[in-house]
Amino acid sequence: MAERERALAPPYGGVFVARTTVMAPDDVQRAVWRMAHEIIERNHGTDGLALVGLQTGGVWIAGRLNETIQTVSGVDVPTGTLDVAFYRDDIGLRPVLPEAATDIPFDLSGQTVVLIDDVLFTGRTVRAALNALADYGRARAVQLAVMVDRGHRELPIRPDYVGKNLPTRRDEMVDVSEAGVVLGDMVKK
Amino acid sequence: MKAATDLPPVGRHAGQPARRHLLSVADLGADGIEEVLRVTDSFVEVSGRAIPKVPALRGKTVVSLFFEDSTRTRLSFETAARRLSADVMTFSAASSSVNKGESLRDTVETIEAMGIDGVVVRHAGSGVPWQVARWLRQAAVINGGDGWHEHPTQALLDCYTITRMLAGAPAHEGGPGSLAGVRIAIVGDIRHSRVARSDVLAFSALGAHVTLVAPPTLLPPSLAGWPVEVSHDLDAVLPTLDVVYLLRLQQERMREALLPSLREYTATYGLTSTRARLLPDDALIMHPGPVNRGVEIAAEVADQPSSVITRQVANGVAVRMAVLYLLLGSGVDLAA
Amino acid sequence: MPPEPSRPDPALRRQRPATTSRQHTGVRRRPPTVLIHGGTLVDPTGTRPGDVLIQDGVIVSAGNRVESAPAGTVVLDAGGCVVAPGLVDLHTHLREPGREEAETVETGSRAAALGGYTAVVAMPNTEPAIDSAAVVRQVLELGRDALCDVAVAGSITVGREGTRLAPLAEMAALGVKLFTDDGSGVQDARLMRRALEYASSLGVTLAQHCEDSSLAAGGHMHEGEWSSRLGIPGQPAEAEELMVMRDLALCRLTGTPVHFLHLSTARSVAMVRGAKASGLPVTAEATPHHLCLTDACVAGYDTVFKVNPPLRSAEDAAAIRAGLADGTIDAIATDHAPHAKEAKEAPFDQAPPGMIGLETALGVALSELDLPIERVVALLSWKPAAIAGLAEHGRPITAGIPANLCVIDPEMEWTVDPARMASRSRNTPFAGRTLRGRVRHTVLAGEPVVVNGQAQR
Repeated sequence: MAERERALAPPYGGVFVARTTVMAPDDVQRAVWRMAHEIIERNHGTDGLALVGLQTGGVWIAGRLNETIQTVSGVDVPTGTLDVAFYRDDIGLRPVLPEAATDIPFDLSGQTVVLIDDVLFTGRTVRAALNALADYGRARAVQLAVMVDRGHRELPIRPDYVGKNLPTRRDEMVDVSEAGVVLGDMVKK
Repeated sequence: MKAATDLPPVGRHAGQPARRHLLSVADLGADGIEEVLRVTDSFVEVSGRAIPKVPALRGKTVVSLFFEDSTRTRLSFETAARRLSADVMTFSAASSSVNKGESLRDTVETIEAMGIDGVVVRHAGSGVPWQVARWLRQAAVINGGDGWHEHPTQALLDCYTITRMLAGAPAHEGGPGSLAGVRIAIVGDIRHSRVARSDVLAFSALGAHVTLVAPPTLLPPSLAGWPVEVSHDLDAVLPTLDVVYLLRLQQERMREALLPSLREYTATYGLTSTRARLLPDDALIMHPGPVNRGVEIAAEVADQPSSVITRQVANGVAVRMAVLYLLLGSGVDLAA
Repeated sequence: MPPEPSRPDPALRRQRPATTSRQHTGVRRRPPTVLIHGGTLVDPTGTRPGDVLIQDGVIVSAGNRVESAPAGTVVLDAGGCVVAPGLVDLHTHLREPGREEAETVETGSRAAALGGYTAVVAMPNTEPAIDSAAVVRQVLELGRDALCDVAVAGSITVGREGTRLAPLAEMAALGVKLFTDDGSGVQDARLMRRALEYASSLGVTLAQHCEDSSLAAGGHMHEGEWSSRLGIPGQPAEAEELMVMRDLALCRLTGTPVHFLHLSTARSVAMVRGAKASGLPVTAEATPHHLCLTDACVAGYDTVFKVNPPLRSAEDAAAIRAGLADGTIDAIATDHAPHAKEAKEAPFDQAPPGMIGLETALGVALSELDLPIERVVALLSWKPAAIAGLAEHGRPITAGIPANLCVIDPEMEWTVDPARMASRSRNTPFAGRTLRGRVRHTVLAGEPVVVNGQAQR
């Protein structure tokens, strides 16, 4: 989770205090490898495949998946980034700032797009991402890959590829990076 | 140069929840300006799409309350609001009850009663957006230009244009939102210019070095507290610049005995082709429009590659999208 | 609903004997016997403890403690208070006739009484202007039942248009002592010279609103740092100073007294100081707002701070205070200028200039001037009374003179609340300010028109 977004999440201006390491760096690396293989397997190769990482937490994972898929299949799958701030339906409930510009330098029409994010929680970001994606073209299919599925869904959305299923309390925070996955709490400064 | 006064800040009276307005570009501070510029990047991307529209302000209503004709600014704001999926209402003084003796406050309160989220206010009288902000209970006020005073979104789009054009240029010392070390001259009718006042505040907040170049009659009576230098010699200033910003000269200034003639103005303060050659090669030429070709700027200079006048217009929509989004959509208090 | 300013109960209406400005009045009921008890008397003769006993509108004893008063005597408690001659405002816009939505003689005089005033000079920029005997009579008639004496200033030129001389003698015959085109200055030097010459035989004073209109034209605030920042067209201090300079020259030329209205700049004060030292017959006034507010107040574009002359710099305000302290400025005058709410809810450059001041002048003067109360009362009472030529006001508190008095609690702190003001308008620049010093009672020709801070009718 980006530092800015964290500062803007309730309790606003809080700091993340780590409690438990859930995945070590090696675990994250292995999960990326597994998901890359699953993506190739499910789609019978890389033809018509595109990766789109959600700003900002999904962007690095998309990059790793792209590298891994390239290593495995020798194909550089088109990879972009997507910011969904303008598509969220929880405006007014919490501050939503664009993280970085959307960058999808290829045509989505007819592609199978794998949306990639770090944590799947309520599903609202993914819903916003599906709406945003529609503005860039009509994908043949959209699949979802996440490093952590922490439950508490509020929408009928499920991931196709999961790094780890992680039961959590609603008020806990999950921090995902290449250095691992950490469960913790937001503490007011 | 932010107004220091023992009065409570306008629109933020003690005890009231802070409402979000954009009245003066000085309210943003350097951080706020940089935030707007950063968000503008995202809207430049949106504007480049086949369907340049996002649902961010779906269900919100934005009113453009223009007591002074300015088709360019009004269209820019309304385009921005529509690209954010807001509903847009247009109120122009010419077709309204303002001419039927209704007071400004009545007009404003009537419009708010229709249930609106944001008002873009343009008025020939300085300070009207401040008054409107005091009278409104809910809606956010965006200053679309007030009298001679301020035009904050113009300053923001100017900052955006300069920072993004100069990115990577040797003169550019700071980060993507900084104008540190950038030398800018604003040339022309500073006295009557809301653009100049907002630009001075914004450029200097971002660290630029600002020089005002004008005949003494077209400078404000006092420049105490303005973070600027003043020159009456455009030829001497031009070679030192990264940006020359020309202001529109209104014809009526001649009638007010502020200038003897247009010809004399052009000869001393106009950016003629000859004079434009004094500029460094990579210097930008800017103008808030509409351009008086042949008066403050020669036609061929306005059209040369270093002139970024049309880019300013294009960036205007994205900057105004950013401002509308930040005030009405993001839940972020810009001035916090 | 804010509490209403005290309303007159017709059953309690008391009639009063004629005073200076109400010579046409008919038969009046006798005012009650009044005892002002326990205060300190402050008047041109000095300061001393004492009670004041009033019968039939006239002071019958002053200075001694009165232990027993006749039955039925109205006793006004003045414990801890200063008992002074009633205040006199040289500069009140009562707006009647013509602008009754902003103020009437009734509401304006009630505001005056609450502010401690027993007489006000009504400015002639009404609609129609007070430029003839007929209009003078009309305003005097309106002032007959007012809560303070209403003296009238006539205009110098017909319709205040600055082109033809108004019938000064005709108006002077009705008791008009002060003439002015206030709202604007007489621009034509030749016409002003003629007016001064003509007036010299009438025993009247011409008062000037000093503003060179060509230099001030289009200006909506003081020209300077703040107007430059705020993008509001300014009027330079020199617009006032040019006319002060000119009228000092014309005063020298004609020998006729000139009174300078609402001086607002440091150099104006300095010029008047010099003129007085050289023996010219000039007097000057300043307003409560010019002595403590500055052009920085305009920063929020609140039109309540729009006034003419405009609020000046802090240095100018300091010079006004110094001028009041050293006697260069003879009087504090309110320039009470009511405007209806709708009129002030306009863009700054379209709103009319003016502030109300009758109810706050004393409090502002006591709070903001570093002067003993005796000096402050002099600036508000007998010195302006002398300039206005009001023989029944500002007199020493002694037996035999008309009982026009006010009782001031100099320590009372109060917060200015526009909603509670008696004026019909709300445009006070002091809203929310805490002032020290307030009027407790006002006695007009023996009638207690304000008792314990409440208007009695």
